[in-house]
Amino acid sequence: MPDPKNILMNQASVKTLSLKDLSFQRNEKFLFSNISLTLESGDILQILGQNGSGKTTLLRLISTALRPYSGEIIWQGKNVNDIRESYLEDVLFLGHQPGLKRLLSAEENLVWWRRLNKTNLSKNVNAFEEVGLYNHKDEPCNYLSVGQLKRAALARLYVSEAKLWILDEPFTSIDKEFSIKLKSLIVSHLKRGGIVVLATHQDLKIENMKYFSIPDLSGATSE
Amino acid sequence: MNNIGFLAILRRDLLLAVRYRGDLANPLIFFFIVIALIPLGLTPDSKELSEIAPGMLWITALLASLLSLDGLFKDDFADGTLEQIIILPQPLYFMVLAKTIVHWVVTGLPLSLLAPVLGLMLSLPETGYLPLMLSLLIGTAILSLIGSVGAALTLPLNKEGILLSLIVIPFYMPVLIFGSNMVVLAVDGLSIASPLAIMGALLALSLLISPYVTSCALRLSIYG
Repeated sequence: MPDPKNILMNQASVKTLSLKDLSFQRNEKFLFSNISLTLESGDILQILGQNGSGKTTLLRLISTALRPYSGEIIWQGKNVNDIRESYLEDVLFLGHQPGLKRLLSAEENLVWWRRLNKTNLSKNVNAFEEVGLYNHKDEPCNYLSVGQLKRAALARLYVSEAKLWILDEPFTSIDKEFSIKLKSLIVSHLKRGGIVVLATHQDLKIENMKYFSIPDLSGATSE
Repeated sequence: MNNIGFLAILRRDLLLAVRYRGDLANPLIFFFIVIALIPLGLTPDSKELSEIAPGMLWITALLASLLSLDGLFKDDFADGTLEQIIILPQPLYFMVLAKTIVHWVVTGLPLSLLAPVLGLMLSLPETGYLPLMLSLLIGTAILSLIGSVGAALTLPLNKEGILLSLIVIPFYMPVLIFGSNMVVLAVDGLSIASPLAIMGALLALSLLISPYVTSCALRLSIYG
């Protein structure tokens, strides 16, 4: 019997992301080794681990900002190093830092980001209304609070066409009300056939959530 | 080549340069002050000044360009935009090239345009004005390109000042030698063709290689 989820996915082609034996070394020590997992359209993965266990590093590896020590990342059956540009067109990565220029307004920052990522500029979604910054979108980001900066960074989620969202601590420093909104945005992205990988300490209570705990390897050394 | 990203970075960095007007003026003020002090400290005699003018102008322009290298990637690194740039679905080469071009436009270009005025203060003969501008236009572009490699390599260090200079100064030397030689030849009424050709070759070479090396250095440095 066909899984109803699969029928939905067949309309918009199913995307798959797999990590194969991924290892990463820092200062001659393995931060983690031999991580293997597979995600498909509609999947959400929460990465768990203590502070300093390598959650951010793992997200950076998936986004190709860092190169793994060994192992590979497979997108649609191909190694991402071979299809880097088409892979990255499908990726949206939000790191710890908001990635906003302090002297540019929130809107200028977003327009710049959209241009760089070749997202359709004519698609007119009012992202700033959604994140509650409509009245502040023309102010330099200097004037925004930490929470507002985070919202300005998250505005990208509303305009992005990326299939794979990689979010590093998206829930820090935003208020309860917006957290709920962000969660529902993530759920609707999953329903559209997207994939989400995120690191957060919050319990999101999203259905079918997958979890991955980074094992503590702090004692192990490389050969 | 898809140059949307290239143009987007070019536009943004120029806009930022206009908004950080203070930083924009720093190399120019440095250039101006040092040249203004030379006649006071050395000699007011115009004949002696005109002899050292090409070298002095070139050394000062080189140091002014070096001083401004520091911030090339630093702000983008600190606020996380560099991370966003590195994972763009476009070659990093062109992104780096765009940033380097903006560095040249806000330092090398105004330095070159200002140089004849400062040449006047050092009694540089009029025949030297155009070759001085030309040599600085080409030369400072090479300096920005080479300097971007040093800036990328020293990015994760907090006190990169001295190390950055140590890395890039040896590569600056040929540019200084041929650049000032070009002005000296012009003042003496000789042909500047050969230093000009060498400068052109250096520019072509660094234009090809240095954005690539800088991209690699950035990838290494960013989470160093």
